[in-house]
Amino acid sequence: MADTASIDHSTITSTSAKSAAGPRGKKPRPLFSSRNIMVYGVLIFAAAYYLLPLYVMVVTSLKGMPEIRLGNIFSPPMEITFEPWAKAWASACTGLNCEGLSRGFWNSVRITIPSTIVSIAIASVNGYALANWRFKGADLFFTILIVGAFIPYQVMIYPIVIVLREMGLYGSLTGLILVHTIFGMPILTLLFRNYFSALPEELFKAARIDGAGFWTIYFRIMLPMSLPIFVVAMILQVTGIWNDFLLGVVFTRPEYYPMTVQLNNIVNSVQGVKEYNINMAATILTGAVPLIVYFVSGRLFVRGIAAGAVKG
Amino acid sequence: MTGHAKAGRPNQLLRNLNSKIASIPMMLTAVVIFLGGTLWTVVYSFTNSKLLPRMKFVGLDQYERLWSAPRWLVSIENLAIYGVFSLIFSLTIGFVLAAFMDQKIRFENTFRTIFLYPFALSFIVTGLVWQWILNPEFGVQSVVRSLGWTSFAFDPLYNQEIVIYGILIAALWQGTGLVMCLMLAGLRGIDEDIWKAARVDGIPMWKTYIFIIIPMMRAVFITTLVIVASGIVRVYDLVVAQTSGGPGIASEVPAKYVYDYMFQAQNLGQGFAASTMMLITVAIIIVPWAYLEFGGRKRG
Repeated sequence: MADTASIDHSTITSTSAKSAAGPRGKKPRPLFSSRNIMVYGVLIFAAAYYLLPLYVMVVTSLKGMPEIRLGNIFSPPMEITFEPWAKAWASACTGLNCEGLSRGFWNSVRITIPSTIVSIAIASVNGYALANWRFKGADLFFTILIVGAFIPYQVMIYPIVIVLREMGLYGSLTGLILVHTIFGMPILTLLFRNYFSALPEELFKAARIDGAGFWTIYFRIMLPMSLPIFVVAMILQVTGIWNDFLLGVVFTRPEYYPMTVQLNNIVNSVQGVKEYNINMAATILTGAVPLIVYFVSGRLFVRGIAAGAVKG
Repeated sequence: MTGHAKAGRPNQLLRNLNSKIASIPMMLTAVVIFLGGTLWTVVYSFTNSKLLPRMKFVGLDQYERLWSAPRWLVSIENLAIYGVFSLIFSLTIGFVLAAFMDQKIRFENTFRTIFLYPFALSFIVTGLVWQWILNPEFGVQSVVRSLGWTSFAFDPLYNQEIVIYGILIAALWQGTGLVMCLMLAGLRGIDEDIWKAARVDGIPMWKTYIFIIIPMMRAVFITTLVIVASGIVRVYDLVVAQTSGGPGIASEVPAKYVYDYMFQAQNLGQGFAASTMMLITVAIIIVPWAYLEFGGRKRG
């Protein structure tokens, strides 16, 4: 019954989309009814509000400083210049250091890629063990892990600083990658555990009967069947780690600062004249990676954040 | 209990060995970092650690100092204002947008993409954009003035009285898309028959929403509330980017207090005490929710 309802619904939407409604389905509503005007009016107004900052960023970054001083921030540029972008990338200053955002970008790349891979590798195996190879006490650790996801980072960073210092990793990229792996673990483990638990158990049992062990089943059966959830996890981690600020500033030395930290240092540096066009170009550059991931991934991103919203 | 099992069957520990080995990172993280680290911080919040952690207990001294520090009191007040308003506004705006999105509209994906994209951006980017838009010399204030209303004043980031609302504006822009998404998922979960029944009975739409749909979405509201609230307690990057806590100390927040005392003022004890207070705040939000959510059922 639920099936027929959903089929019915989809045919209605597809026919109304083609504006060739046959005798089946609901009577099409007039396009300019007062209800439609209200609904679309509100939505378009809200959409304009959400898009405004992006628009302001783009137009500001394409103007020269004289134009910014004279005009208003909402007006489109009279003369388009890409110089602020070049400067933001290669020669914007943080204090005395003038080498632009590029170093921060490459640092972020060097942080994000290994952190994403390591955290997903560990969490997926963890989730698999919890879903298919439960041992005594596993649930206790998992519960602690999930509760831990709600604990503010501030409570745990100093003990981690001590641990990393003892290991000789404090300030290094490896240390930060380890920290991202730790803080990504609760949500990723939950994600994978739930996904693996929902797979048909017969598959697992059949493989067991055929004599496959822990790792064989993981690599030959679970992994190939779970690519979508790996993509979701990847989106979650790439955007989350790229956008991180606190962990980057706490756990790395200035030469390894990620892009967000460097962006903040460039824009909020007190020395010199404020060059707003460069600042906005730098801001767009920093936001570009997660935005591209977002626009490309679409629905998968929504799925990821629904799971990852609790991440600390 | 484990000891008994071990005595009975000597290979108990070795059973399922691969799974245990694979779970070592999880166990270490859970026990050493999450449990151990939290306990460590709480214990050291009762010491007078300065530059380095020292096991010299001073009782509640750090907490007394904390609660008499003007900067901490401002931080707490800011957090309260920011928290209450951001809960009210993000839930209201998120729900209203979701309700409009649920009217079988065209271009639903386009609208959703637009409402949600700020959530993909970091708080640093969000803070810097809104710092620029709210800049009194060039931003909204100057634009409105140039239109002829010369006495128009809107400079939240430079006005101690209202600076926290300037941060709130940016936070709402960034976060309401997520609330909208969660609410929309909740609305989609409601049986179509409820709507039909309400229509047959002639109940106006807004009444159906308020008296039927919202009470039915209680679980979604509570989950969203917990997600938004635990984000509120952590607010840090946004303030750093937008105002750095200024003007003066007018926009300080607890998370920033913790960071500054731990890593800049080299007064670890204060930092630990403040972070323990954050932990307590989160616990006040989480424990009742966890009890409601998991209390009746089996855990896991």
